[in-house]
Amino acid sequence: MSGRRALISGAHFMSGDIACAEGALCAGCRFFAGYPITPATEIAEHLSERMPDFGGIYIQMEDEIASIAAVIGASYAGLKAMTATSGPGFSLMQENIGLAVMTETPCVIVDVMRGGPSTGQPTLPGQQDVMQVKWGSHGDYSIIALAPSSVQEMFDLAIEAFNLSETYRVPAFVMADEIVAHMWEKVVIPHASKIKIVSREKPHIAPDKYKPFAPDGSLIPPMACFGEGYRFHATGLTHDERGYPKTQDSEVQSRLVRRLCEKISKNADRIIKVEGIMLGDADVVVVAYGIVARAALSAVRKAREFGIKAGLLRLVTLWPFAEKHVAEVAKQAKSIVVPEMNCGQIVREVERAAKETPVAFLSKLGEDPHTPQEILELMRRNT
Amino acid sequence: MPERIKHPPLDSKKVKPPNAEIHIIKDQCKGCGFCIQFCPKKVLEESQEINARGVPPPKVVNEGGCVICSFCTAVCPDFAIFVVEKPLEEDVKT
Amino acid sequence: MDRELVHPFSKYLRSAMMPHIWCSGCGNGIVLNCFINALDDLQIDLDKLVVVSGIGCIGRIAGYTNADSFHTTHGRAIAFSTGAKLANPELEVVVISGDGDLFAIGGNHFMHAARRNIGIKVICANNFNYGMTGGQQGPTTPLESLTTTTPYGNIEHPFNLIHLAAACGATYVARWTTLHVRRLTQSIKRVLQKEGFCFIEVVSPCPEIFGRRNKMRTGLEMMEWFRRASVVENFSDPSKAEISSEKIVVGEFVNKEKVSYERLLHEKIAQINEKRVEW
Repeated sequence: MSGRRALISGAHFMSGDIACAEGALCAGCRFFAGYPITPATEIAEHLSERMPDFGGIYIQMEDEIASIAAVIGASYAGLKAMTATSGPGFSLMQENIGLAVMTETPCVIVDVMRGGPSTGQPTLPGQQDVMQVKWGSHGDYSIIALAPSSVQEMFDLAIEAFNLSETYRVPAFVMADEIVAHMWEKVVIPHASKIKIVSREKPHIAPDKYKPFAPDGSLIPPMACFGEGYRFHATGLTHDERGYPKTQDSEVQSRLVRRLCEKISKNADRIIKVEGIMLGDADVVVVAYGIVARAALSAVRKAREFGIKAGLLRLVTLWPFAEKHVAEVAKQAKSIVVPEMNCGQIVREVERAAKETPVAFLSKLGEDPHTPQEILELMRRNT
Repeated sequence: MPERIKHPPLDSKKVKPPNAEIHIIKDQCKGCGFCIQFCPKKVLEESQEINARGVPPPKVVNEGGCVICSFCTAVCPDFAIFVVEKPLEEDVKT
Repeated sequence: MDRELVHPFSKYLRSAMMPHIWCSGCGNGIVLNCFINALDDLQIDLDKLVVVSGIGCIGRIAGYTNADSFHTTHGRAIAFSTGAKLANPELEVVVISGDGDLFAIGGNHFMHAARRNIGIKVICANNFNYGMTGGQQGPTTPLESLTTTTPYGNIEHPFNLIHLAAACGATYVARWTTLHVRRLTQSIKRVLQKEGFCFIEVVSPCPEIFGRRNKMRTGLEMMEWFRRASVVENFSDPSKAEISSEKIVVGEFVNKEKVSYERLLHEKIAQINEKRVEW
């Protein structure tokens, strides 16, 4: 592609949305289709300006449904594609997210969470979509979702999301929240040579022998794109390895759906990322993600000053859920506390993984995330 | 009728009628009847046999009358009939 | 000398998927036949062709054509195709879908793709109902027709697809019936060589489901209706594109030149890059 690539390496001061957009460009994203929605609009606006520098394509579609459909089309035509939205748009996209899962389309969807449900509070944060990202579309399926806690992570996890989506041929989600998206922090953009980029595996087989949905031992089929001479068929209907619809065959349904789930669950250990702070001897562990994890870190440090053996397990990957990490923490800790900006979503997964260990939940809705003081109080009450 | 089309074509003695070869893929036919109905030369009729689909495919009743307009080929929804031009006797290699 | 009994269009069909699921007398097979005929006449590079379809009986057409193909969710074929075409403008992207898929759930996407003049070609098999799900009323169902969801007669005015497409800005708008096989093939050839958003409505018989409830029990009866009612008015004004049980006006109604979205986009990107200074 022609154009002057202007990859700006070095230290920058930027907002989360901008960092996310720049991360996507670094990762090789060359197609963005979106629709304006607070608080994700800045991603679209920034990309509308920057995409031409990379010869990439920016288009504002007529609605979020069209946006995700265009992203799937562009991905199948060979480009790394993404869209960015918030709650209401995210709900609209669910059907086509299912299509992306079923056709194993690599793509990235950024959901900058805001107060819901429905139109809610467009300019205020929330963490209310974290279950929706896993279960939002109908049918059984698995996806990968990441939760950035800082502007640097908005940049880093955008790249990670692309790499994961290309490796596993699955839609990958960046679940940011309005605060992380709108706050301004220092971001260090490494030199292009230091950034690891992964692209989809291409088939090494002749077109007449190629089966677009035949996994090659890794549970993930190599992906041919339009115009490469493979003349393949892809459909949202249940299909066999050739991609042809098989709507009456139970065996095919079982094989396909289980593989779509297993390609993520069996690779969970490689996918999941967490950050553990002071977990070694912790009696009470805070499990948190997103902006709340920032307050949690502060709370944990304060707790240590007061002699409470506190630790923090920060979830960077929300899905697949870090059950093993939580179970391990639960084994030695006396209690777990989970602060979330919702009415109790990830805490359910924590409870499930923690088994006998008591889990306390602190809900907060509205403008501010939990203060470190509130989390400290929660820890005190549960030591 | 205008003067210019009252006379027979000037080369009518030189031009031979096309030699049509009508192929019917019997088991692919679903018996819609479009080829039979819309053939301008009434070359086809419904046959008496029943094919693997349980319907009567067409049969050729007047292959000599076919002018290879290929309407049947174009209108068949099931790709069950096509017409080709038989090569002239002189061109057939022995 | 033995000849193989192989249809000349076999190479354009995915043999493992044949025979197709369409009923006896269904117009979808004719749409496929005319489409392949056009591809054959033009010797289109099948490696650069992408056939995209929506949900419906006609939606299966993507599976039967031997080219890169994609069967999308209901109504979203055009939005999907926009992404594919922009990502690789060398691709010839053809959307073949039904009246409900393109104009009910997909109406918004149709409007905007036509407005933008994105270079995708849309062929609509209009059979006046939702055939695949058993024959429900759709946006083109004529007034007073009987369908499974209008058992007392349809009281909704139907769309005139030609008016709609012309108003939205399509550069080529035509209507044919499945009886006009030659002219339909010609139209398809024309759109495959034309820049911009093109639309062809194909009035198509659905005898098993729509016809049966509306006094036309067989494909032949429906085709005879087309023969009786259709009037070829070529190069005519879209406002003359009447469609009713007495008169189906067919022909090419719009055929104009307008720069396509993908050309504008790539020209703009080139322009921007010329002006940008190196960092």
